[in-house]
Amino acid sequence: MIRSLPNTKVYTGCYKLAIYFYFALMFSPLVIVAVLAFNDSVFTSLPWEGFTLDWFVANGPDRVGFFHDSRNINGVITSFNTAIFVSILTVIVGTLAAFLFEQEEFVGKKYLFFLFIAPLVVPGVILGISILSFSNSLSMFIEGIVGIENSTSSSLHMKILSPGFWLVILGQSTYITPFVTLVVIARLKRFDRTLEEAAYNLGANRFEVIWYITLRFLSPAMIAGGAVAFVLSFDNFNTTLFLVGSNPTMPITLFTQVRDGSTPVVNAISVLIITAVCIVAAINLFLADRKAKKSGR
Amino acid sequence: MNHIDLSVKNIVKKFGDFTAVDNVSFEVEDGDFFSILGPSGCGKTTLLRMIAGFYGQTSGVIEIGGQNMAAVEPNKRPVNLIFQHLALFPMMNVKENVAFGLKRRGEKGKVVYDKVDAMLERVGLPGFGERKIEELSGGQKQRVAIARSLIMKPTVLLLDEPLGALDLKLREHMKVELKKLQAEVGTTFVYITHDQSEAMVMSDYVAVMNEGRFEQIDTPQNLYKAPKSAFVAQFVGDNNKFTGILRLESNGNFIETEDNLKLKINQTVDMGDGERVEMYIRPEATIINPPETETFNSISTVVKAILFDGANSRLLVAIEGGRKELLVSLPQNRQYDNIKVKDTIQVGWDLSSSVCFKETGVKTYEEFE
Amino acid sequence: MKNSSEKNKLKWHFWIFFIPVFLWILLMFILPHADLVRLSFLTSDFVGKAVPTFQNYTNFFTEPIYWLTFVRTAVFSIVVTLIDLAIALPVAFFIAKVIGVRYRGLILILTMLPFWVSGMIRVYGWITMLRESGVVNSFLIKTGIADTPFQMIYNDASMVLCLSYVTILYMIIPIIGVMDSLDDSLIEAAYDLGANKLLIWFKIIIPHCVPGIISGSIVVFMYAMGSYLTPALVGGKNSLWFTQQIYNQFIHYFNWNQGAAFGMLLLVLSSLIIIITLKLSKQKLNEVVAK
Repeated sequence: MIRSLPNTKVYTGCYKLAIYFYFALMFSPLVIVAVLAFNDSVFTSLPWEGFTLDWFVANGPDRVGFFHDSRNINGVITSFNTAIFVSILTVIVGTLAAFLFEQEEFVGKKYLFFLFIAPLVVPGVILGISILSFSNSLSMFIEGIVGIENSTSSSLHMKILSPGFWLVILGQSTYITPFVTLVVIARLKRFDRTLEEAAYNLGANRFEVIWYITLRFLSPAMIAGGAVAFVLSFDNFNTTLFLVGSNPTMPITLFTQVRDGSTPVVNAISVLIITAVCIVAAINLFLADRKAKKSGR
Repeated sequence: MNHIDLSVKNIVKKFGDFTAVDNVSFEVEDGDFFSILGPSGCGKTTLLRMIAGFYGQTSGVIEIGGQNMAAVEPNKRPVNLIFQHLALFPMMNVKENVAFGLKRRGEKGKVVYDKVDAMLERVGLPGFGERKIEELSGGQKQRVAIARSLIMKPTVLLLDEPLGALDLKLREHMKVELKKLQAEVGTTFVYITHDQSEAMVMSDYVAVMNEGRFEQIDTPQNLYKAPKSAFVAQFVGDNNKFTGILRLESNGNFIETEDNLKLKINQTVDMGDGERVEMYIRPEATIINPPETETFNSISTVVKAILFDGANSRLLVAIEGGRKELLVSLPQNRQYDNIKVKDTIQVGWDLSSSVCFKETGVKTYEEFE
Repeated sequence: MKNSSEKNKLKWHFWIFFIPVFLWILLMFILPHADLVRLSFLTSDFVGKAVPTFQNYTNFFTEPIYWLTFVRTAVFSIVVTLIDLAIALPVAFFIAKVIGVRYRGLILILTMLPFWVSGMIRVYGWITMLRESGVVNSFLIKTGIADTPFQMIYNDASMVLCLSYVTILYMIIPIIGVMDSLDDSLIEAAYDLGANKLLIWFKIIIPHCVPGIISGSIVVFMYAMGSYLTPALVGGKNSLWFTQQIYNQFIHYFNWNQGAAFGMLLLVLSSLIIIITLKLSKQKLNEVVAK
């Protein structure tokens, strides 16, 4: 029970133990994956054969480490590029939508908002196939207009509408935009609208008010929303699965490797990602701590 | 030089069926400190927002500096507003806040910041330019808000109860500061408040507003001395109220109260014999042991309580044999130190210091019964 | 509350917000799903021409493998949701009410940290632990608890474990949210009036947490229903997941019409389950999603 109530030692002890166990369970798969990345063995399993960095740096012929494994490198780069574009796109659309749904009034707003956030509860697989089939129908429609001979793989609509980098970005964004919007709306709700009035009163027009006042107020939420979008995009599997072309993202390449038999290179990639996540978490914690100290002053 | 800066003619604002501002007209001369005083919900904020342009009026005309404002957007009006909660931009420092309006006007470069520094100096915040808004105290924020508006050199500066959020001591201080600042810069101020003391201390003219209408526009002195309506009498300052029936008799006019008191009045009234009226008399005009002359009312009362409050000390007395209670100011000159609870004393007032109105039934929260 | 000139002036920025957002919804959500519906009612005849049909839907009900897979998927998703709920309640309570403010930030980060790592890697972690040559088996043999390694993945249990593992955060976070808003003095008052711990949980804490529980349950359920990666990697040969049926139709058999129909069925049936849950618990989707 809560700290202010008397608790028996046994109860408190058991409760704490259960929580420790929970966290142990949460972290053990990650720790084991990370440790095995340094095992000097071609199998991702025990026994421990000694420490090695081969799975990061080796360059053939028996072992190819991550840094020389073009397939995995490409996967990470593709995921990275995808995540950046998705972040930019979703922050733009999400902020526009936040303004529309929070600051404007119009008939049917409730229903439009419902449609807008519906992708949150639509399975990613369905978003994937719906985008896939629609883009396919659309490109056939465009082919019908411009003629099949003009629809080479290098023409713009084919680039965007056939499975590949751009379609993955669009597909992921349908699912991620509502998240970003909710983050931005949460902050916009806390916005004191007399600040806008004050800016009008000092001679600003609507554009200047949004630019100098509202957007500057929203910027932390836009950055946070972008970060959320980045993580969601980097991690996305279900929607991406149906939309990838010849250059799959990292989760997809990892999936095929694990399914068809993996080498510790997968562990090496995991180590890099876990490390990156820990660094971000540490920075986050540090900033939160500094902020708490500042406000406590 | 006394031209009209702000002229409001027959302004009406309706929200659906509700009339928030009901046919209000007034004029403010250049350099005046004009206050609109009224209880919350009386329509004063709506009126101010119409002048600032945030609401359009249902009918009527607003002219600022002789120019009709009907088609002028809020961001183009020559007025600036100090918001109730100041609305300083938390994402900018002091300097950027003050410079905001000038930049929107297209002014650029060093000139802007020279003006900002000069303005900060004027409001007593030299060197505060780089401070963040959240680092400022309540009084300093107040000054930044004033600086941010004054730097625009508005024809009229509107103030929406800006002192409301401050604690009592600071509020008393800022009242004097504001008054001084206004006299110094000579800008026309239109100030709205529900605090009569703020309005009285600072203003050249005060309009008392109630239920969307102006009850009286006058100097603070006149509002206090000669309220033109029962509402004003009750809202401005404290008053003891008697209700009764008017008797016009050959030897003078009387009010017959419920406690069968006959109180003389020497005010000329345009009401007939037998009408129900209200009479107001201020505690500070009520004196203990009044001279027994024709120009005084004198009644016998029992002391119920002594309300000691320094210079503002009062006696709560009840009319002997009746239920009506009165407040009587108790001068702290040791003359009345012997008065104790349950004593019977005479209290009274000069006939010229009471005012009489037809009964309206208006009650303010300050009414004492 | 605005006069007419203001109303006209407000128009242009309304359109700046409205047009892109409306186009977004139309092009990214409405039209793709309409197209999916259209596809699901088409089939190719023997010359390859598309003709309208209900065949894709009747297949679902006449072929037991299809609807049985769906029922399996739904039932296991509910099991996963319940397991998550049972674990999330005490964990969220610990974070929201037991741990001191000092460590709260740290423990929140620790809670979320595993979930920032790609879901793919998290499942891979369990595979390394549980498979025949996995770490758990090595440990069991070394300590003498078991003498031969045995396969712990490729079955329903491992699939439910992994699904619970990858979804638990979606249950914990909304429950922490509602627990934060529970005033400690309510618990103190109940205790003061003689309630025991169990009673406090069931009469005070859980009723207060219902919105968070519903919100978490919907997200977990939908996530489980729609997941592909976990069942594909740790589910057994007999633990087919409904998303795999969709994938097979689209990618292996190239029968988009059948796949589209399956997609629509997954969407409609899972939405139905959610709508019934919402109706039964008297919650609204907008409020739940906003949590």
